[in-house]
Amino acid sequence: MNSENPITDMHLDVLKEVGNIGAAHAATSLSQLLERKIDMHVPNVKLVSFDEMFDLAGGAETIVAGIFLRIEGDLSGSMFFVLPLESANHFIRRLIGDETFNFSSPDLPEIGISAMQELGNILSGSYLSALSDFTGLKIYPTVPSLSVDMVGAIVSFGLIEVSHHSDEVIVIDTQIREEGEDGISNIDGHFFLLPDPSSYVTIFRSLGVM
Amino acid sequence: MMTLKEVVRVGIADMNIVKEPMTIRTSGLGSCVGVVLYDEKRKVAGMVHIMLPDSNLGKSDRVNVAKFADTGIYALMELLKAEGVRPMALKAKIAGGSQMFQFGSSDTIRIGPRNVEAVKNELNRLSIPIIAEDTGGSSGRTIEFNPTLSILNVRTVNLGTKEI
Repeated sequence: MNSENPITDMHLDVLKEVGNIGAAHAATSLSQLLERKIDMHVPNVKLVSFDEMFDLAGGAETIVAGIFLRIEGDLSGSMFFVLPLESANHFIRRLIGDETFNFSSPDLPEIGISAMQELGNILSGSYLSALSDFTGLKIYPTVPSLSVDMVGAIVSFGLIEVSHHSDEVIVIDTQIREEGEDGISNIDGHFFLLPDPSSYVTIFRSLGVM
Repeated sequence: MMTLKEVVRVGIADMNIVKEPMTIRTSGLGSCVGVVLYDEKRKVAGMVHIMLPDSNLGKSDRVNVAKFADTGIYALMELLKAEGVRPMALKAKIAGGSQMFQFGSSDTIRIGPRNVEAVKNELNRLSIPIIAEDTGGSSGRTIEFNPTLSILNVRTVNLGTKEI
């Protein structure tokens, strides 16, 4: 965007609505997968600096299991599914039925890695197909890739495209929570959708707000 | 009397300078490259967190010089000169430029190695010798430079900590 087309609060509100629709679909998929009640919601949609983006994910040095994929088609952007290690372990142990699985171990069993990638695939797929239905835009996600590392190192890769245009990025942040039997949340993760700046106008046009 | 060791933090696409006993640090380098320029005798150092190789890649009107290898290192040198450091005395240590993921658009896929290459070209152009480097691979890095000892501490998640 530029000074003639500033991003207004209304634009961000509309994106929040879009994010909530995607999140609802992804939450349904995840609930079915884990046979648990999963809650996802979009706490906010913001235009933030890159450093603020890392803070949203827990700080640049926080170690996470991060799934990254690119979105191509009518709109382009980056998508991240970021889980703190404890949450990722909990998730994958449940999925593969192996209580010893640990993302911190030096030799990660292949099955855990592919389970995590598959999880990223299912969640981003349901999120993005909802987005595609709602906007009428063609959206093609790439195969997701996993990295267990510092948030800053992981997320900055998805900011490269944005950084050509700007020092700020629109973040559609989705919080993921699992309601445990004891009422304690076992999973505390995020979905981040970062549209490339060249796609802002496309999105807003498709939603009739430009 | 105890003196608190102060750490100056450098964000992404940002730069700053310190004098001993302060140290300077940047967190979570992936494909980005952290460049430290320092004067061993005067115990002054600067750090810039480079994100892209070339300012010609920038498509916005407002240019953040610290973001690019070709403009960021030069701008950091100018900052140090303003502190009275002679360019001749400057040495460099660099870290980062990893390949965190194996895919992306053709532009981004090799961004780590391209950043390292651009940083080296620029340092060479400015006749600043590279004393040590820890670049490439597929791990994120957090780095902290201590101007008193001229040591760069490099921490990774899987490979531990080293001093270069």
